[in-house]
Amino acid sequence: MKKATTHVIQNESLIFERSQPGRIGYRLPALDVDETPLDEIIPAELRRDDDLEGVPEVSETDVVRHFTRISTWNYNIDLGMYPLGSCTMKYNSRLNEKVARIPGFANLHPLAPERDAQGALEVLYELEQYLAEITGLPGVSLQPAAGAHGEMTGVMIIRAFLDARDGVKDNDPPARNVMLIPDSAHGTNPASAHLSGFTVKTIRSTSEGLTDLDHLRELCAGGDVAGLMLTNPNTVGLFERNIKEICGVIHEVGGLVYMDGANMNALVGVARPGDMGVDVIHLNLHKTFSTPHGGGGPGSGPCCCTKELEPFLPVPRVVKDGEQFRFDYNRPQTIGRVKAFYGNFGMHLRALSYILTHGNDGLREATEAAVLNARLIAHQLADTYDKPFDAPPMHEVVFTDKRQSRKGVHTLDIAKRLIDYGFHPMTIYFPLIVQGAMLIEPTESVGRQEIQQFVDAMKSIAREALEDPEMVLNAPHTTRIGRLDEAAAARKPVLRWKLEEKEGVTAA
Amino acid sequence: MLKSVGLESAVDLFDSIPADIILRSPLNTPAALSEIELLARFESLAARNTAARRPSFLGAGAYSHYAPTIVDHLLSRSEFFTAYTPYQPEISQGTLQAIFEFQTLVCQLTGMDVANASMYDGSTSLAEAVLMAERITRRNRVIVSEAVHPEYLQVVETYVKHAGIALQHASFGDESGRIVDVSDTLDESVAAVVVQSPNFFGCVEDVRAIADTVHKAGALLVVAITESASLGLLQTPGACGADIVIAEGQSFGVPLSLGGPYLGLFATRDKYARQLPGRLVGVAADKQGRRGFVLTLATREQHIRREKATSNICTNEGLIALAATIYMETMGRRGIQEVATQCAQKAAYAARRIGEIEGFSLPFSAPRFNEFVVRAPIAADGLLKRLADEKNITGGLALSRYFPDRPNDFLVCVTELNSRVEIDALAAGLKEVWSLESGV
Repeated sequence: MKKATTHVIQNESLIFERSQPGRIGYRLPALDVDETPLDEIIPAELRRDDDLEGVPEVSETDVVRHFTRISTWNYNIDLGMYPLGSCTMKYNSRLNEKVARIPGFANLHPLAPERDAQGALEVLYELEQYLAEITGLPGVSLQPAAGAHGEMTGVMIIRAFLDARDGVKDNDPPARNVMLIPDSAHGTNPASAHLSGFTVKTIRSTSEGLTDLDHLRELCAGGDVAGLMLTNPNTVGLFERNIKEICGVIHEVGGLVYMDGANMNALVGVARPGDMGVDVIHLNLHKTFSTPHGGGGPGSGPCCCTKELEPFLPVPRVVKDGEQFRFDYNRPQTIGRVKAFYGNFGMHLRALSYILTHGNDGLREATEAAVLNARLIAHQLADTYDKPFDAPPMHEVVFTDKRQSRKGVHTLDIAKRLIDYGFHPMTIYFPLIVQGAMLIEPTESVGRQEIQQFVDAMKSIAREALEDPEMVLNAPHTTRIGRLDEAAAARKPVLRWKLEEKEGVTAA
Repeated sequence: MLKSVGLESAVDLFDSIPADIILRSPLNTPAALSEIELLARFESLAARNTAARRPSFLGAGAYSHYAPTIVDHLLSRSEFFTAYTPYQPEISQGTLQAIFEFQTLVCQLTGMDVANASMYDGSTSLAEAVLMAERITRRNRVIVSEAVHPEYLQVVETYVKHAGIALQHASFGDESGRIVDVSDTLDESVAAVVVQSPNFFGCVEDVRAIADTVHKAGALLVVAITESASLGLLQTPGACGADIVIAEGQSFGVPLSLGGPYLGLFATRDKYARQLPGRLVGVAADKQGRRGFVLTLATREQHIRREKATSNICTNEGLIALAATIYMETMGRRGIQEVATQCAQKAAYAARRIGEIEGFSLPFSAPRFNEFVVRAPIAADGLLKRLADEKNITGGLALSRYFPDRPNDFLVCVTELNSRVEIDALAAGLKEVWSLESGV
């Protein structure tokens, strides 16, 4: 069926293309102080001389329509299931949003006197206590702004601890320089290790999808191992059941264990990294603790560690003296600051609200539901899609396109076809060790009915791959635009709009 | 549901976890609160943040500005705030187009060629800019002005510790408040010079002159901005010759929120685009030739390059970048200029009023945007404490927090939100507290 015309909401242009000279969408109060000649404040040669040419001139209605229209081109959790493996797309409570907008928090300046910001300091302190309890790791810093930032903080803490312990001076080459990372890890792990001055060595995974202990031991024999970065449950959704032995091997050679907490949604209330032998972990408040992903941030990546590593956490730390809270900057062994101020406080508020509204039993129930939902999908799709690892998964499950690819239908095609069925695709081609990976994480925020619909959609696509592969290969069919040529976009990148283009002149 | 996957109880779901690490007792966190109880709890915590409820002249990296009502309304749409990173462009065009507009606006305001999709904040952006300058030049010394925000400098120090980069400080003139001439310290080992303008003391630097000096030595000029509202009035770093520009974008419609979440603006020259950290959105077309937007130049990034990536950053500050985009578009060409002009005018008025008080002076002579240092006749922290307690005004930031050798200096910030009445009350309050202290 062909539409007679394309409605304007399908064709919202760039705001720059909507701009009309002289149009405005704001009003400020008239200047209420005696005016000083501008030249006396800032001489002309220090002022901009382009009159902000090209910056849009639009009305308030223009802006509201503009963003409302383009917003309708986004999939979102409130619309339906978002089964991105490793991303933990769970419901974002409106109550948490309301909490973060309370004026006493939203209007609080980071450099306000501590005695006049006691409520905010208490929020930080209380959240730290709960995250320590949940991870079993007593030292907590809320400063890192995202998961990768928390990773960097964690490995820098390892670096600082080892250098202090081994008596490595500032300009000496470090005695231990190797960070071991499984081949299934998130790309941020090696990137964060590199940023902290480590050389990365890769550990193989076994055919069961777990860390290869023999290979780990072999790599540890070199004597230069600083530590291990491990995700648990790992990125194929399996719990590393040898975790205590793995930590033991690393500790025996004098290294430390960093756990990537991306998959904590499988563990909260059930098991604690601190009890497994882990030394330091980051949490993703935007995954496990439901702070919104916001189309790609802001995140929040608190770092939790053992008592032994606590002196190395970033400054300032929030401490309680009697009934008063204050920031403590006097930590001589600290790695320093990783961010101005104290972290993404707005996210801390939301995460604390999540913990308090769930309660301790609710936190565990969420974990159980998340794992059960993944188990259900694993169970129901195992006959249709190749499931490379036999073990029952935790909160996410990986399949491959092995069966469908015989007909020329690949993971990308299955993902795109899923869009036509009303679902956001799963994570694809990750982890890298699984060819044609489809990593599915339903989270606790879907009910049985929606899971059943998802399973039905996946089965239907598998049938289509056999009977009508073209249908899958050309998907999606229901979206405003089709598959975009990403290779061409990268070859000749256009990364901004330019004024000239509006007048039909090609920009250089 | 358990039965359908062949299990008896929820405990069986965790069979793969060894028994000795299974938690046997409930978490020691509180029982669930209802919505009513929770809001009461947070309202009472918020009420203890008394500093949030009084006139304030704090700046120093976080600024009180007006945000049009539609900013929060639009970003609160489910379609924006409950979406993920736009990995599937066919169903993420809203987010992608907004980022493309954001990148364009950042370029327009900074006068640069290309900007990324945003970073965590200004401080981490500066650290990434220093690392980027090292990558581009393959040189390992970086000169940083001491008039850069002290917390930004601390973050840079943390980031470069393991990068083989030597940081060297350049001081500022005691009278001008501007960075001293750095030409003596420049040689072919210098990757970059980092200046902030307006600098931490509110002084507008002569960026063009610094750029000439820096470029003569083959180094890059990194310009940092903490108060982005200044871009509505001051010459763009791009026009002055900056190679990398980073800024804290909080001024563009983002609440103070005790320091985060904010957003880093990050822009550079076309020739360095492939050295940028972070996400980039570009134009693409589908088979029918329809315009769309995609994440692009991903080969710089960690999920592909792993330890060889330009940064470990995974995503951007999506929703905050959206807030800034809505802000910049709503305020628009005229509003961004008017906010900047009002800030400069009101700060000039406030500086004049405070400078007139017997015993108070303004130690730095350089042109200022909306922040300035005041030298009080007594210790600034005590003075500001009394002002808060007795006059209910947060009068600024005592510089002794970062500069112990400046006990009497404090930094005052004035924005379009500070009325003349507030400014007059500040000046009167300072005068009164000082006269009480001095017993005159």
